[in-house]
Amino acid sequence: MSNGRFWLVASAVGLVVFALLMQIDNEFYIRSAFVVLQFLVLATAWNLLGGYTGYVNFGTAAFFALGAYGTVVMDKLVHLPLPALVLLGGLISGVVGLAMGYLTLRLRGAFFSIATLALAVVLQTLITNWDYVGGSRGAYIIAPARIELLGRQIQYTRYLLFIMLSLAIVAVAAARSIERSRLGYGFASIRDDEQAAEASGVPTLRLKLIATTLSGALMGMAGAPYPYYITYLDPSSGFNLNYAVNSIAMPLIGGMTSWIGPIIGALLIGSIQQFAVVTSFLGASPAVNLLVVGALLVLFVTLAPKGIVGLLVRVTGR
Amino acid sequence: MVLSLDLLLSAVVAGILLGGFYAAMTVGVSMSFGMLDIVNIAHPAFIILGSYIAYILNARFGLDPVLASILAAPAFYALGALVYQTYYVAFERRGDEALRGLAFFFGLLFITEVALILIFGVDYRFVETRYVGITVHLGPIDLPLRMLVPFLSSLALVGGLQLFLARTFIGRAIMAVSQDRLALQLMAANPARIKRIAFALSIASAGIAGALLILIQPVEPSIGRDFIGRVFAICVLGGMGSFPGMLVAALLLGIVESVTATFYGPSWAPAVAFGCLLLTLALRPSGILGRRA
Repeated sequence: MSNGRFWLVASAVGLVVFALLMQIDNEFYIRSAFVVLQFLVLATAWNLLGGYTGYVNFGTAAFFALGAYGTVVMDKLVHLPLPALVLLGGLISGVVGLAMGYLTLRLRGAFFSIATLALAVVLQTLITNWDYVGGSRGAYIIAPARIELLGRQIQYTRYLLFIMLSLAIVAVAAARSIERSRLGYGFASIRDDEQAAEASGVPTLRLKLIATTLSGALMGMAGAPYPYYITYLDPSSGFNLNYAVNSIAMPLIGGMTSWIGPIIGALLIGSIQQFAVVTSFLGASPAVNLLVVGALLVLFVTLAPKGIVGLLVRVTGR
Repeated sequence: MVLSLDLLLSAVVAGILLGGFYAAMTVGVSMSFGMLDIVNIAHPAFIILGSYIAYILNARFGLDPVLASILAAPAFYALGALVYQTYYVAFERRGDEALRGLAFFFGLLFITEVALILIFGVDYRFVETRYVGITVHLGPIDLPLRMLVPFLSSLALVGGLQLFLARTFIGRAIMAVSQDRLALQLMAANPARIKRIAFALSIASAGIAGALLILIQPVEPSIGRDFIGRVFAICVLGGMGSFPGMLVAALLLGIVESVTATFYGPSWAPAVAFGCLLLTLALRPSGILGRRA
């Protein structure tokens, strides 16, 4: 399928999904769908760097929180429509990703990973000590109750869901286009053997910087609507390690080398987590959720390194 | 603000004591990351596990935490050997360790942390010993035994490991595997076995560091994460595999952190370590006493 046609199909699928979700009356399902889609965007964004080039980013929460806090700051200054805030979040996180990559990507991969861990803590400390955005107390964001979309008045949570769904479509379609482009082949050559790629004339540093910037920008975009969803943002929820763990676990469990892996991982793990919250399955608390994700991560990474996609390929023999 | 000399002096002394303790936390990372090239980001989780083992032995049997951790060290050694064996079979042997190995240790970090939360809850735990409340006064300087005992134990641990590496056959083999794996293999030694011993030792040192940690401050499961940045910052700053470099870096970071906490408030302290790490990686990735680029 050509890229143009894929964009069309993806948009059509998105519209159908949105129309179906609009039929649901239960606010809880709308909110669950938002969370799952948010993880889908984060997992796809993480995979752009982690899956395609093989560089592990532990700082998803930092990029996500930058987008979220960008919204908090703008909310205090001027009123901007949400799509503009999403673009702004993407811009902030993209620039930070670029700077971060520029500082550390010339070193071995492990240093980059450790530096991303460091980035999350430094940013969290800065935000905690920054009173303008509420410091450690957090900030309240008032979301309007309703908004007009395509000539209809709809609830704001549904509008947030619409934005997140659009973002998910953009992220997935972008990931798929990249995977099949010159850029994607360059990324894959870095993942498979960076030295050989460099020796064959692949501009590895530039490609890695592109990947870090794109990946960071998408994470920031995913974070921008979050304050309106949660209505109260404090550093520990913005920088929650949940984001780091899930955005790594989902692509690894789904399968990292193709765009469909993070989707499978995010839909599966995200839905299980939401299901566990509703039914208190196994007395599920956030801690149990993390334990399950951590255990699945270790199991998959040791026993099924190609993830669910790899298992499917083996079963169907294709 | 008037810069009080006494205040500065006590902040520096407190920093030296703190830094000495950081050396005990980092020595294992210097072995696993610095020498063996195994990016064990779960190291702090094993430290916290050590804290809880010391806590249980102390609460049940009234054992001194340091003594308890030495008794528990063989168990940690065995755990380390098991973790390395899994890592070796699943990743290293396939040459697949860069990405998946990292994810593996990341998963271990969370499993350990959440398991501790489920068993013990998120309450802070601490230990009771006779000397915890005592402070030695030397002129204007206060030396609380709560800090001094971990400081001295830590120096003993680092010194002991340094002697082991420099003087014994196995120790030299560990140094050799860190320098040239292939050459060691040609000498008919098995690199995987040597690395297993070294990694197991690094986890045993984490257990001991955990007991020292719970002497210094109350412990709850998720504080381990705060130390990831510190231990890796010290390891990199000290030039990866070098113990003397690591010790200097640990003391330096302890002092900077303590002075920052004294003059700007403790909420800034975590950023110091990570800031140092980012700066080191950006400017001088070979560390302050490092040789390799």
